[in-house]
Amino acid sequence: MTATAMHPTERLLHHGPGGPADPGLAGHLDRHGPLTVPARRDAAWSEALLAEVAASGLTGRGGGGFPAAAKWEAVGRSGRRPVVVVNAMEGEPASAKDRALLAWSPHLVLDGAELVAALAGARSVVVCVADDRDASAPAVRVAVAERTAAGSAREVTVRRPPARYVTGEESALVHWLERGDARPVLRVDKSVPLRLGRRPVLVHNAETLAQVALVARHGAAWFRGTGTVGAPGSTLVTVSGAVATPGVVEVALGTPVEELVRRCAPTGPPAAYLVGGYGGAWLSVDQGATPLEPAALARAGAALGVGIVVALGADSCGIAETARIARWMAGESAGQCGPCVYGLPALADDLELLAGGRADPGAIGRIDERARSVVGRGACRHPDGVARMVRSALAVFAGDAAAHAAGRPCPHRQAPSVLPFPAAPALAGVAS
Amino acid sequence: MSTRTAVALRVRVDPVACEAYGYCAELLPERVTLDEWGYPVVDRAPVGADLVELATRAAAECPRRAFLLEEAGRTS
Amino acid sequence: MSAVVSTSTTEAVWYMIRATGIVALVLLTVTTVLGLLSASRARTRRWPAFAQVDLHKRATLLALVFLVLHVAGAVMDTYVHVGVVSVLVPFTSSYQPLWTGLGAVAVDLLAAVAISSALRQRIAPDLWRRLHWLAYGCWPFAMAHALGTGTDAPRLWMDAIAAACTVAVVCALTWRIGYHRTTAAEAERLGASTRAVPVRHRPTATAPRRGAPGTPGTGRRAAATPGGSTGVPRTTTQLLERHHR
Repeated sequence: MTATAMHPTERLLHHGPGGPADPGLAGHLDRHGPLTVPARRDAAWSEALLAEVAASGLTGRGGGGFPAAAKWEAVGRSGRRPVVVVNAMEGEPASAKDRALLAWSPHLVLDGAELVAALAGARSVVVCVADDRDASAPAVRVAVAERTAAGSAREVTVRRPPARYVTGEESALVHWLERGDARPVLRVDKSVPLRLGRRPVLVHNAETLAQVALVARHGAAWFRGTGTVGAPGSTLVTVSGAVATPGVVEVALGTPVEELVRRCAPTGPPAAYLVGGYGGAWLSVDQGATPLEPAALARAGAALGVGIVVALGADSCGIAETARIARWMAGESAGQCGPCVYGLPALADDLELLAGGRADPGAIGRIDERARSVVGRGACRHPDGVARMVRSALAVFAGDAAAHAAGRPCPHRQAPSVLPFPAAPALAGVAS
Repeated sequence: MSTRTAVALRVRVDPVACEAYGYCAELLPERVTLDEWGYPVVDRAPVGADLVELATRAAAECPRRAFLLEEAGRTS
Repeated sequence: MSAVVSTSTTEAVWYMIRATGIVALVLLTVTTVLGLLSASRARTRRWPAFAQVDLHKRATLLALVFLVLHVAGAVMDTYVHVGVVSVLVPFTSSYQPLWTGLGAVAVDLLAAVAISSALRQRIAPDLWRRLHWLAYGCWPFAMAHALGTGTDAPRLWMDAIAAACTVAVVCALTWRIGYHRTTAAEAERLGASTRAVPVRHRPTATAPRRGAPGTPGTGRRAAATPGGSTGVPRTTTQLLERHHR
């Protein structure tokens, strides 16, 4: 299949007539064609690839949104042989895109990892899959075995860090690989690469690497053939909530948010959208035409995050759902920084009282004040995300919030949640 | 006659090391206030010559070495 | 003639040893109480924590001065045979090896704490903190030494001083333990590795936590997937369903 024959929004994930296309190596090569990666460090080839990826405008798909090529330059200056880490942790409960990639196109991800390793002169690749993803790890191992059998000499190991929200954060992941401690590390200067021992680490989201594998084959111009000028390319978005067929869709960047939801058969007219994940922001239904790309979302007070859209129906209570997210996110704090570990539960408390219609009149002001006070006071951006989500909820659900605060909560607060949350773990005290 | 531009100093808190002792807020209330749990909220305005001594003392007194006085421009 | 002179000199030195010892003990009590209170965040507008810490340091310095005089007197004194070595190495004195030994233990502990505090800016904060825990041992050993090496002279005033010191330290210690219990319970409940000051706004009950992500075994339990977890999912909808129920 040639590049142009590929549907613009069927680059990463492919559907055959009866389901997903064969994820094995043969099917992969059939769909995407071969890829030559130099066995030894080749400066000219590395330069060319770096230039191509930079020209494509590919930005990280793991939430950071920084140019993919920027990290490579920083690591190149350090002089030591780096390690490539594939971040497939996907700690956001409402995201399934990395799982989808590993299940349907693992070889694209591994191609990308191999390309980055060859470019940066790394010898080893570490694929990190959360320890509760029973299907993804074997899928990766099978793919690695296929590649080894086909002659690849790259050392690829699969590691299973603990499945927690913050473990997917770059510094937490590297911290766990180095010391077994999955807590984020304060990074004063983000341009200095993280290190595993003395080696610099290149951490990339699985989808970013898959995109790199496509750019390497088809070029920057092809990559820019979809998406917008400011935000080129396609991206994977997980759509869930009040929709009949939730799942992962691949869309061109710039597709309106409501269009994404429409593709997944909403169960009724949506009342609001949660964009970017549990650390993202709510958009009102009037903002549904907002294109899903960084600049437009930023203007609407949101961010792309890891490509998540949750549709909220009219039969759900936005305040109650926000309270649930806040409570869950408070429980996911790493527990290192006072403002986060004490501030987030306090936010959740007030939101729960507000949802139940039992809050005092000053609750809304207090919630807003507390949300603003936790921003920037943690070692990572976890409290910042929760604060943004909560404040956007107060704006988008302002009418509901006022009614709840006046003691007139809506009946929908009792409705079952449409948000995905991981299955509850064993209670503390039970040996795990 | 050459003009010397003074290096701007700012204070910063390492949130992982901080254990809410609060000496920084007592010694440098012009730059540090405490939130309801005792953790510092830091004003990132530059520390002038009049406050440098207090800021240095606050940085030395912190039992966890979480309060730092550094040159502006090193961090974002 | 010389016997009379040496007796009065010996007596003077003997009184000096006891006097400096008692002053050092009182100062040690003061510094211990201040240390316990400032660790408990027991502060008022008039007595901010940094002032308590400042006094704590100065009281320790003063206690060290009197301790040096006390120890010097004991070494110089010809009646009690306490060598320099026995000051630092416990239980090696020929005079009252047990009680003197306890004093030597207190000296050792205090020396470790004082030296590490003097070098505080040059050593890792964690090392300084751990060494400072030895300070808890200083006062009890000093008090035991003081009570054990008492002379046969009437000791009512000595008992009064000892009682007052003990009451002060016990009260401060109770305060410290109370602070620790309150904040530790709160931190435990929230899975925090940092402790807030006693909570003014008390949160309502939350679900029990399972520890910070750093501790092993705190990943989520693998979600039980009906029919096993092998095979490629046919739709991405299945990916969401499979994981979350």
